[in-house]
Amino acid sequence: MKLHGAEIVDTFAEAFPMWGARVVITAANPAWALEAGRSLTGFATSVIGCKCEAGIERELDPDDTPDGRPGVSALLFAMDRDGLAKRLVERIGQCVLTSPTSACFNGLDAENTVDVGGQLRFFGDGYQASKVLEGRRYWRVPVMEGEFLVEERFGAVEGVAGGNIIILARDAEPALRAAEAAAGAMRAVEGVIMPFPGGIARSGSKVGSRYSSLPASTNDALCPTLRGQVEHTEVPHDVGCVLEIVIDGLALEPVREAMARGLRAAAESGASRVTAGNYGGDLGPFHIHLHELVP
Amino acid sequence: MTLTLSLREQPAVPLEAEVLSPDRLAGSGRDEIEALPVWHGNERTRVGEFFTVSGAGDDDVRIEGDLGRVKLVGAGMTAGRLTLAGDAGMHAGAGMRGGELHIEGDVGDWAGAGMRGGRLVVRGSAGRQLGGVYAGERAGMRGGEIVVGGDAGAQAGAGLRRGLIAVAGRVGDAAGLRMLAGTIVALGGLGARAGAGMRRGTIVTMAPATPLATFVFSCIYRPPFLGLYLRRLRALGLAVSDEQLEGRYARWCGDGLNLRRGEILILEGGRSPSVLERLEADRRHQIAGLDAPRR
Repeated sequence: MKLHGAEIVDTFAEAFPMWGARVVITAANPAWALEAGRSLTGFATSVIGCKCEAGIERELDPDDTPDGRPGVSALLFAMDRDGLAKRLVERIGQCVLTSPTSACFNGLDAENTVDVGGQLRFFGDGYQASKVLEGRRYWRVPVMEGEFLVEERFGAVEGVAGGNIIILARDAEPALRAAEAAAGAMRAVEGVIMPFPGGIARSGSKVGSRYSSLPASTNDALCPTLRGQVEHTEVPHDVGCVLEIVIDGLALEPVREAMARGLRAAAESGASRVTAGNYGGDLGPFHIHLHELVP
Repeated sequence: MTLTLSLREQPAVPLEAEVLSPDRLAGSGRDEIEALPVWHGNERTRVGEFFTVSGAGDDDVRIEGDLGRVKLVGAGMTAGRLTLAGDAGMHAGAGMRGGELHIEGDVGDWAGAGMRGGRLVVRGSAGRQLGGVYAGERAGMRGGEIVVGGDAGAQAGAGLRRGLIAVAGRVGDAAGLRMLAGTIVALGGLGARAGAGMRRGTIVTMAPATPLATFVFSCIYRPPFLGLYLRRLRALGLAVSDEQLEGRYARWCGDGLNLRRGEILILEGGRSPSVLERLEADRRHQIAGLDAPRR
């Protein structure tokens, strides 16, 4: 199948469930809200190496935040609910609590919740105080700068992680242009993040390696430089660069929507071929077929 | 359609009418409602002796007339909406656990006393012991919201344990007397001895105030949680200004006679001298061997 001159491979992205939360961070100005959000979502590209995957979902106007200040919303995903709670406590505690003027709120109404502010309050060493407004409890933690406000419980949902598209192009310049366009188009979708730097990964991985201690290693079938070395290459002779975009979402539909938008944008912007990563269909219950995403 | 009760004649002595609550009225037929018992002084009588009943409704009940001599209207209600198109007597909404009680006129003493949940909205003014504590009880209001469009009498929020009391006008003496926690917002200012004996909780005033000598000044800052509360009050119809939303507040901790975990927040600004200027003036007087200036 061709789309704007790019070949869309008849394959599917194999996604799997992960628990997700939405964190709303506000601050005195947009720059500090973004700073705290970037810190919160730093070193969270892959659950394999970082214990969680996270990214900034979007920037928020003051009218869209609980306390009327500028903010950002970020999504964070972990393999299970307990892991999600631990990562939230660690990251909000180290990255948001410490960031000047920040406050932190739950951004997800969900049946399941995890305790975050109720753990972070202990930093107040007994001087913390709580407030209950409209059924939600907030903790006021005194800090040198003033007060850190954090909501006690954060909603947790079983989301979908590992949605992806893989962009192949003649060389690095059109590949990057296509990937940037795809990531940009995906950012307009609410409820998804692309956890890699700028949304783009240059080092897609396969499961396992020849070294027993390494659970994942380079995806040699998609490395252009190994085309002449590996037994089963997936790189055509006219492709010199491959980039991947991984998408995590709070539900399946936003992931599909983000993939569809990214696919179109990549095809329009220089990709010669778009494919997707899977594990033969045995690992994840969600199979998102690329041909179903093409209008 | 709304179930409507109209006061036919003023009772000669106060009428105790705890049955005037959506829990008892909603879904009942006219005969059933007219037969409900009320106390007229020491005489047991029927609702039908004083009220005419018209219409029908599930959760929405309206009572018309001057009920200034009718006590306990909406007391203990758990759900639904009750509107009083006029004044209400003592103990209106006392012990309510849910639903909404709207009083379009003034309300007598003890309105919302011992309240556990729900919302009490008074368009006019409230008497003494708004959301207060009954003698012998360990705590007064334990949850819910009280919003008063006019003034409130003395000892509003006495014994408050949880919940929000917001008054657009002025609150009388000893607001938050021996309060345990919770929040009182007095947009129009506080009377004397606010927070006397308070253990925890917050009293906020938008007018200059001099806390008791057992309160200690901490700092001037922008309390992050207050943005949530003031935006909530704005949504409930109170005239909260941008200056109040974005303002800086002097934090006084107290009561030093009782744990000192509570706080009085006083909006800085306007024509009154800053708390820092006043503290500096006091210090200069002490250095000069003079008593602090009288205020």
